[in-house]
Amino acid sequence: MEQQGSAESRWQDDLYDLLREGGVTLFSYVPDAGHKVAIERALADPGAIAVPLTTEQEGVALAAGAHLGGARSVLLMQSSGTGNCTNMLSLIANGLFPFLAVITMRGDFGEANPWQYAMGQAVQPTLEAMGVICLRAETPADVAPATTAALSMAFTAERPVAILLSQRLIGAKAF
Amino acid sequence: MTSTRKISSGLDRSEVIPKLFGDPSDFLIIAGLAGAAKDIGALAREAPNTFLFGGAMGGATMTGLGLALAQPDRRVVVVTGDGDLLMSIGSLATIGIMKPKNLAVVCVDNELYGETGSQATHTGQGVDLRVVASGCGIPVTHEVTNEADIAQAARLLRQSNSPVFILLKVNGNPPPPYRRNWHAHESKSAFRHALLGKR
Repeated sequence: MEQQGSAESRWQDDLYDLLREGGVTLFSYVPDAGHKVAIERALADPGAIAVPLTTEQEGVALAAGAHLGGARSVLLMQSSGTGNCTNMLSLIANGLFPFLAVITMRGDFGEANPWQYAMGQAVQPTLEAMGVICLRAETPADVAPATTAALSMAFTAERPVAILLSQRLIGAKAF
Repeated sequence: MTSTRKISSGLDRSEVIPKLFGDPSDFLIIAGLAGAAKDIGALAREAPNTFLFGGAMGGATMTGLGLALAQPDRRVVVVTGDGDLLMSIGSLATIGIMKPKNLAVVCVDNELYGETGSQATHTGQGVDLRVVASGCGIPVTHEVTNEADIAQAARLLRQSNSPVFILLKVNGNPPPPYRRNWHAHESKSAFRHALLGKR
C-alpha cells in the first residue's frame, strides 16, 4: 500500500472501478506488478470473484464459460503469457465470444532484460493474428478511455479485445 | 513398451456414459474435443444445455469452471478425455483452489489419443489423473473401473457440496458416431438463449 495516492495507484484504481462499473465480476489472473491493485481489490471485493490461474490459456477458456453463464470476465496478465493463449483463442474466434484481456507489457519501452523481447515484441502481431483487437495505453491519461472503449467493444459489440499497458506507463523494471 | 500395454478397463464408453448421466437435461454440460464431444453429442443430441468443443484442446475444463462460477445454482459437468485434460492439467489446480460446489469433471480415460491413430497417452503409463485431481485439492474423487462403481459416480454428479472429479476408465472402443454442428457461435447462442433468455 506504499503506492497509495500516487499516480500509479490512481490509474490502477480507476481501471478496476471502470471494469466493475462495466459489469465485470470475474477477474482471472496470472500476477504481474502492474496488476497488483486490481488483483488485491478483486480478492477483497464481495461482488467479484478472483480466479488465480496456473497459465494464461486457462483464463481464455474461463471467459467463454463465464459468457455462456451470463457473466462478464477479464483476464489480467503479463505480455509473456500471450503465447500461452494463442491456440485457446480459437475458442473465442469460432464461438464469437466476447473477450477482454488487460496485458502489462514487458520487452517494450526501456526493457533491460533481453529474455523479454521475443514475446514482448510479438504480443500485438500474435493477438491480431488470432483476431484480437489491441488498444494501447502509453500514459496514465490513456488508461480510462482505453478501458471504457474496450468494455464497449468486448461486451456490447462482443469482439475480442486486449488493452496493452505499455512499459512507458507501468515503468521498466530495474536490473 | 507401449505395444504390449493393456488398457486397464473393460467398460465401453457408449454404455457407461448414459448410465452415469441419466437424464442429461438436469445438467449444464461442457464436452471437450474429440471423443467426449461425440459421447455427449450422441447422448443429448446437442440440446441447448450442452456445448461441445471441436478444437481448442485443453479448454473444456476451464470453460466449465467459468460457467459454474457464473451459474452457482446449476449443476455443471465437464466431460473431457484424458488427452484433453493432460494438456491443461493445471486446470485441476485452479478448480482445487476455487472449490465450486456445483462443478463435476468427468474424465473419460481410454489411455489413448483416439482421434489421431490411438497413440498411448500418459495415463496408461503410470500417470493417475485421480491422484492428480486429489493432489490438486479436489475433495471428492471417484474412479469407475467396473459396473458396480457407476451408481456412486451418478450420485456424485447430482449431489455434492464440493467439486467432484470422476475418472471413468474405459476400453479402447470408439465413441458413438455422431455428426455434430462445428459452428461454436451457433451452439453458444442456443445455450445462452435457453439459459438466460438472450440471443
